[in-house]
Amino acid sequence: MSQFLQQVINGLSIGSVYALIALGYTMVYGIIKLINFAHGDIFMFGTYVGMLSITVLHLPFPIAFIVAMAVTALLGVIIERVAYKPLRKSTKTAALITAIGVSFLIQNSVLAVMGANIDAFPQVIENRYYDFLGVRVNLIQMIIFFTSISLMFILQFIVRKTKLGRAMRSVAVDKDASALMGVNVDNTITITFAIGSALAAAAGIMVGLYYIKVYPFMGFAPGLKAFVAAVFGGIGIIPGAMIGGFSIGLIETMVAGYGSTLYKDAVVYGILILILLVKPSGLLGKNVKEKV
Amino acid sequence: MKNVLNRKNIISVIILVTIFFVFNYLISNRIITPYYRTVIYWVGIYIILGLGLNIIIGITGQLSLGHAGFMSLGAYSAAIILATNPTLTGLFIGMGVGILISLAVSFVVAMPTLRLKGDYLAIATLGVGEIIRIIILSMKITNGASGISNIKMLMTWPLIFSFVVLAMFLSINFKKSAIGRACISIKEDEIAAEAMGINTTKYKVIAFMFGAVLASVAGSLFAVTYYVVKPESFGVNTSINILIIVVFGGLGSLSGTIIATFFIGFVNMMLQPYAEMRMILYALVLIIVMIFRPQGLMGSKEVALNVFPDFKKLFKFRKEKKA
Amino acid sequence: MSLLKIDHITKNFGGLAAVSNVSLTVEEGELVGLIGPNGAGKTTLFNVLTGVYTPSEGKVLLNKNGKEIELNKLPPYKITHQGVARTFQNIRLFKELSVLENVKIAMNEDVQYGLFGALTRIGKFFKSEADIDFRAHEFLKKVYLDDLAYAQAKNLPYGKQRQLEIARAMATGAKLLFLDEPAAGMNPHETSALTDFIAKIRLEMDLTIVLIEHDMSLVMKICERIFVLDYGKLIAQGTADEVKNNPKVIEAYLGEEE
Repeated sequence: MSQFLQQVINGLSIGSVYALIALGYTMVYGIIKLINFAHGDIFMFGTYVGMLSITVLHLPFPIAFIVAMAVTALLGVIIERVAYKPLRKSTKTAALITAIGVSFLIQNSVLAVMGANIDAFPQVIENRYYDFLGVRVNLIQMIIFFTSISLMFILQFIVRKTKLGRAMRSVAVDKDASALMGVNVDNTITITFAIGSALAAAAGIMVGLYYIKVYPFMGFAPGLKAFVAAVFGGIGIIPGAMIGGFSIGLIETMVAGYGSTLYKDAVVYGILILILLVKPSGLLGKNVKEKV
Repeated sequence: MKNVLNRKNIISVIILVTIFFVFNYLISNRIITPYYRTVIYWVGIYIILGLGLNIIIGITGQLSLGHAGFMSLGAYSAAIILATNPTLTGLFIGMGVGILISLAVSFVVAMPTLRLKGDYLAIATLGVGEIIRIIILSMKITNGASGISNIKMLMTWPLIFSFVVLAMFLSINFKKSAIGRACISIKEDEIAAEAMGINTTKYKVIAFMFGAVLASVAGSLFAVTYYVVKPESFGVNTSINILIIVVFGGLGSLSGTIIATFFIGFVNMMLQPYAEMRMILYALVLIIVMIFRPQGLMGSKEVALNVFPDFKKLFKFRKEKKA
Repeated sequence: MSLLKIDHITKNFGGLAAVSNVSLTVEEGELVGLIGPNGAGKTTLFNVLTGVYTPSEGKVLLNKNGKEIELNKLPPYKITHQGVARTFQNIRLFKELSVLENVKIAMNEDVQYGLFGALTRIGKFFKSEADIDFRAHEFLKKVYLDDLAYAQAKNLPYGKQRQLEIARAMATGAKLLFLDEPAAGMNPHETSALTDFIAKIRLEMDLTIVLIEHDMSLVMKICERIFVLDYGKLIAQGTADEVKNNPKVIEAYLGEEE
């Protein structure tokens, strides 16, 4: 039983990371119906910025955390303005291919600058273990979990209670009507990207703290799995991304714990295909048919 | 028979035969060194990969990002068979096995996933490619992460030339047939295509399987060119590389794919010492093409062989002048 | 037996009934109009009839040589194979393809070769292609579009695009055509030409035609019978004169003008 609880703890903590990344996917998809293929690499970028802020700029951890979120948010804004905005009127295929190009660009740029070696994220937080009801929880897991939950609450607050949040929700439903109502659609979209990227950076730093390994292609698998999470919960729906993130985290951990680590990724991708076939709108989503 | 013996086809055959003998001479007399020879083989393999992917994406409009997965099926099939039978026959048997496996896998994958649209299809195929790679990674017969090495390097100019020409022939025939028309109509407007009696699922699956088979053949050829096959050679990066070539040449243009592959092969060669710069350049190419010229080099049009003068007309004119 | 029997068709979207308990029949060879204010459910009904939507309730029955075929159980492409074709409210031509290719695609079922024949060109390929080519040109001649055969569909003037869509639907070999607002966006001169054209092809090709239209000049001129929808329900049916003077119809349209 304690084995099971242990897996649950592990699953929830990695799940909260997936949730943070998934939020970025879901917000962007909700607002411009684009799968930001480069989101996983934005996550990776955030990890590197965090790492460099600590190792090169010698910033204290909390400051480095915020700097990483800010710089990565800026990257998200630049990508949106330069690469995605020109394609808003193009076909979905064209936009997706561009997103692939952006992903490739970020990956290889980081590779060119930082090299292919695996770097180590500075262990600025001394990891401690707490034994609780037969389960071992480590400090970093707790930090990850609580930081993620806090960020999600802040996001929910912004989306539900602020003018910006209202703008985001209305643009997601009907871009043109929102514009007619006086909403600055372009800025709303840009801010959405900024927030999503900042959350991804936060996730990146926590992954760096927990898993230590930092390398240019580290964004691919978490990115794809977070996407699965977003779809699982219902793409475009913010609570869906959170539920999806925790669910996928739990599933992955269970498969690794009781099955085989080698197959855990394959199972998650298999789930993706299954959801898309059975209920593409996800857990919380509604089916919308194309108007003929 | 007279349908086949027209001016365009005769000129094409003359061009192809000339290319074959010219390169054959240059290679066997070592005027083209082994290094450049490998570049030519690379171009040939990627032409086959690109043609297959273009049929799926450019002609049928299904954005598939798992193409390298099918390439790996052909590569590993060939590698495994060649281990016990390192001859040309072994290669063909391995290729055949790869084709059968690819047909089966692509059918199983295609039936459910091709119901998805746009982005979802892309991600689903991405997932499929990854699942194939992970399965290969975990199997004993494929030797896991180390892959299979010491594959007999059976690649020769006649071999690559034959398969490239075959792939070109089949792809062009595919495009310029009723099947190709049906696929293009699906890409243009799937709902209208359905309304006009086209069984869209059937054609999407056919196109997908066709592309998968070509990828598998290319994979087998890859195995006998590069001596070693590893799972990491057939990941998302490879699928994206093929995508870049196809987009650059023009989605829907088969001759565009061929031209683009030569171009990129050439650029690869030039940029060999700057490996990371190369990938950044390609990423930028993809983005810039999509923003400024989404139809790529050739759009969806093909190179017209009408550039060659109509000899008959020339003679008529001369005769009239005399009179 | 009627050619087409629409039997208590209802189509719900969420809580909204777009089409509510509609029953009507269409006889073979008829030219029938379907009218009603905007949002009355006309295109939705067409979508149900052509398989784009599955009905929430009811059946669509086609009389094929004495046999009754339930269309509502078939996917759109199979419905087309039964001899039913349509045009769309917002033109859905294959824009990048030529006029000729648009028509050829509608004739895909008549092709005499399969994948093997296509890839190798052995066997019936050349003969079949020549046959399709010839027949496609013939269809285009009927709609006076043959001289534009090699033009790209997207470059055609609007009126000709609409005609091409009709020609394409005809080329499927359909005997029952659903035309969704064929005169939309046309000036009176073009509408008049289209009206004559529809009447002509109906006779020449022995077709049954159901058309949705807002242009009353077209509807009143050529429709033998007219069905009126309002808020998804069938509120009236009859000849042009009967419907014109029907108080319920007048209320439906006048009510909308408020």
